[in-house]
Amino acid sequence: MINFAALEHEAHSVYEPLALDRRSRDLRRLVVRGLVGGGRGHLGSALSAIEIVRVLYDDIMAHQPDQPEWAERDRFLLSKGHGCLSQYAILADHGYFRMGELDRFCRFDGILGGHPDAGKVPGVEASTGALGHGPSIAVGMAIAAKLKGAAHRIFCVTGDGEINEGSVWEAAMAAGKHKLDNLTIIVDYNKLQSYDRTEVVQDLEPLTSKWESFGFAVRNVDGHDVEGLRRTFSSLPFADGRPSAVIAHTIKSRGVAHAEGDPAWHHKSKMTTEEIDGVLAAIEGEG
Amino acid sequence: MRKTCLDVVYDLAKQDERVVFIGSDLGAGTLDQFRDEMPDRFFMEGVSEQNLIGMAAGLAMEGFIPYVNTIATFITRRCYEQLAVDLCLHNLPVKLIANGGGLVYAPLGPTHLAIEDMAILRALPRMSIFAPCDREEMTRLVPQTLDMTGPCYIRLAKGGDEVVSEAERGFEIGKAIQMRKPGKVLIIGTGITTTRALHAAEELEGQGIDCGVLHMHTVKPLDEAAILSQLDGVELLVTVEEHTLVGGLGSAVGDLLLDKAPNAVSRLVHLGIPDIFADKYGTQDELLEYYGLQGFQIAQRIRDTLKGEGAQVA
Repeated sequence: MINFAALEHEAHSVYEPLALDRRSRDLRRLVVRGLVGGGRGHLGSALSAIEIVRVLYDDIMAHQPDQPEWAERDRFLLSKGHGCLSQYAILADHGYFRMGELDRFCRFDGILGGHPDAGKVPGVEASTGALGHGPSIAVGMAIAAKLKGAAHRIFCVTGDGEINEGSVWEAAMAAGKHKLDNLTIIVDYNKLQSYDRTEVVQDLEPLTSKWESFGFAVRNVDGHDVEGLRRTFSSLPFADGRPSAVIAHTIKSRGVAHAEGDPAWHHKSKMTTEEIDGVLAAIEGEG
Repeated sequence: MRKTCLDVVYDLAKQDERVVFIGSDLGAGTLDQFRDEMPDRFFMEGVSEQNLIGMAAGLAMEGFIPYVNTIATFITRRCYEQLAVDLCLHNLPVKLIANGGGLVYAPLGPTHLAIEDMAILRALPRMSIFAPCDREEMTRLVPQTLDMTGPCYIRLAKGGDEVVSEAERGFEIGKAIQMRKPGKVLIIGTGITTTRALHAAEELEGQGIDCGVLHMHTVKPLDEAAILSQLDGVELLVTVEEHTLVGGLGSAVGDLLLDKAPNAVSRLVHLGIPDIFADKYGTQDELLEYYGLQGFQIAQRIRDTLKGEGAQVA
């Protein structure tokens, strides 16, 4: 259960961490496979978003892996493009591309770069990586859907450090103005950005009321609670005529106990075989 | 020129339901008819250029054709990363309509002068850059932008500019227009500097100096073939632009000569705005004169150079 009184600043600990089921552990193993393939990657940023992408692709979004351009698909934008190993894992698992592509992550002739490229990766709607771009693109897509009378929805995942960008709040104003109830912004709120805790670098609190004041209907959820995420996403839109924001309280590097909450694991390179084995063992230990 | 441009966008929108208009916080009354007749496709989104461009990208990804309009310096500098990543990287058909290119906003000072816009946009792959010389040419340009696949930038002049373009010369995106046949001098201009170049050529003609004028309404992609085809017999090649000397038309022509015709012309003159911020106000014409870009000054510079005076670059 959520402890709202503790949400601000202590939110990372307001949820009791749940065990990770087989599927959540397997998706994390795919992230590690990509990390090994590329010899590098934003491990912590990917692991915090696993359950978010898992629930969206498994249970919530309309999509057809064999037809990535299917007109009626729900649109997914990973605005925090550096967390791409999470999206690559779920896309590979759903068959958007061969699993072996993970082994060529960041390689010269691979399709999976360190940030997702819409021109290369089936299932990636927009190339992201420069932060703060996804929400405005999502606003444009949501307006386009309204203009066409189309029923598909737009989901956009941002980081927490990412929403330091002013462009995010320009987009938020526009989403509220246009009453985009077909748009959901999900903040992967793991409370750690590259340098330090978000609270130290650029405090985001009070985050719920920030989004509300921009016209969003907001829900807080444990971003690793699969059932809780299903319930939350299943009740979209949270209010007719308003865009929705899901503040997903997550743990950076979730699933690798010795890395959780440690900013040193935001991005990892030059990992030894022993370190990789340690990561895989830690993931299995979460079962 | 601005009204002409927006009127054509209105006409395009009437004919094609993919066309949407996105403004920032434009002057009261802008495109009221568009708003009244096609309210679903008219957006006035406030002073938020980053969001304007990202939103236009999202609409374009879904098949719409956005025309985005605000002041030149804000639609280039303020949202440069969105132009690079959202528009150019994705190769989206978003059209940027830039009010007040160059020195138009002279009285408002250096925050509002767009004198490096072409340089920074030239550096972006897939971005096309247009600078028509008058409103008549604008009416020929804008309809041709409709079916372009990638992003483009339309640099607007002040308005009420002397009309020098002629329908008989035709208009095609990416194709330079020969306004006067080259003699021993050829001036290459863009936007309203083509008009100044014509003034200079007329003055020089009376003094026995044959001077051609090539109008580059499209600065990128540069019509290299047209330039190279005009150089036979040319002793002096002059570029003139209402833009910093860093990275604009003259730089593009210089790059071309360096790459493909290093010995084609013995003398080059590169006219534009020095690498400084404006320290004067006044009017566009006053600043053009301050920087030596009026027709009589171009003519003087050509006479001096032919006499062996003035700067030589070869």
